[in-house]
Amino acid sequence: MIEIAIGHYLTLGAIIFLIGIVGIFLNRKNVIVILMSIELILLAVNINLVSFSIFMNDISGQIFTLFILTVAAAEAAIGLAIIVVYYRNSGTIRVEEIDKLKG
Amino acid sequence: MIAHAFFFYFFSFIAVVSAIMVTVSKNTVHSVFFLILDFISISSLFIMIGAEFIGMIMLIVYVGAVAVLFLFVVMMLNVAKQKNTWFKSSTNSAHIPIGILVSIIIFFEVIIVIGGWKYKPELTKQIVISDITNTHSIGNVLYTDYIHLFQLSGMVLLVAMIGAIVLTFRKREGLKRQSYFKQISRERNEGVSILNVKSNQGVKIDD
Repeated sequence: MIEIAIGHYLTLGAIIFLIGIVGIFLNRKNVIVILMSIELILLAVNINLVSFSIFMNDISGQIFTLFILTVAAAEAAIGLAIIVVYYRNSGTIRVEEIDKLKG
Repeated sequence: MIAHAFFFYFFSFIAVVSAIMVTVSKNTVHSVFFLILDFISISSLFIMIGAEFIGMIMLIVYVGAVAVLFLFVVMMLNVAKQKNTWFKSSTNSAHIPIGILVSIIIFFEVIIVIGGWKYKPELTKQIVISDITNTHSIGNVLYTDYIHLFQLSGMVLLVAMIGAIVLTFRKREGLKRQSYFKQISRERNEGVSILNVKSNQGVKIDD
């Protein structure tokens, strides 16, 4: 318990990943919270990559963390732009009222 | 090692609790605040484990840019009347029980993966502190071996920027705008006219 090894960090990453997935599934709010859950999932992936990189003494994991960071920022910008456009067109971003596709 | 364990449990507790609060809090602004807290504690973990550059970049990018972007969008849209009704729905839909079921299945799968996972003994070795700094070693690799991926990620950011501008741009009615083409293509005979002014009569200019 006292000795913090790689398993502790992987467990933390798994817990945050799960919280993100559950947040996507059980969402009744607006779509912004779904985007935040996606950010949580990417954060969990970053935790895994950085901990493997540190404990295996290989720098490549941190490089890929940088790339994931880039993609996450781009995805947040595009997603929020889509949400703004949708709100301008239909006046709501509640999850259960977005049913134009009747899926 | 005691301090390492103490700070690990401290920061990871804050991270897990704030990640839960992101998904369950009633107010969307509170969700954004807890997201910021989550990012800050995870980046403190990264700094503590020895990945200082990634930790600082996560602070700058996530807290400084992405979370502020979320906050701006939450403030621009009227989400105050769209409060969270957790597990309740105005219309009867079946996706909550199915969502809980799938979540529980994924939870047990992860439990199985963590419980049955044996790592190699050389993975448990301690963190190697070398004399070359973390930022230095990232720079050594990022600009040599991964230079094409680095430039491609710049292209991804460019495409995202153009996409966001194209999506949210709209032409408004009733705004007076400057037309460069009209200004440049103005000729002398449209703008100037020579009149022969009679004495004691003057000129009507606006007709």
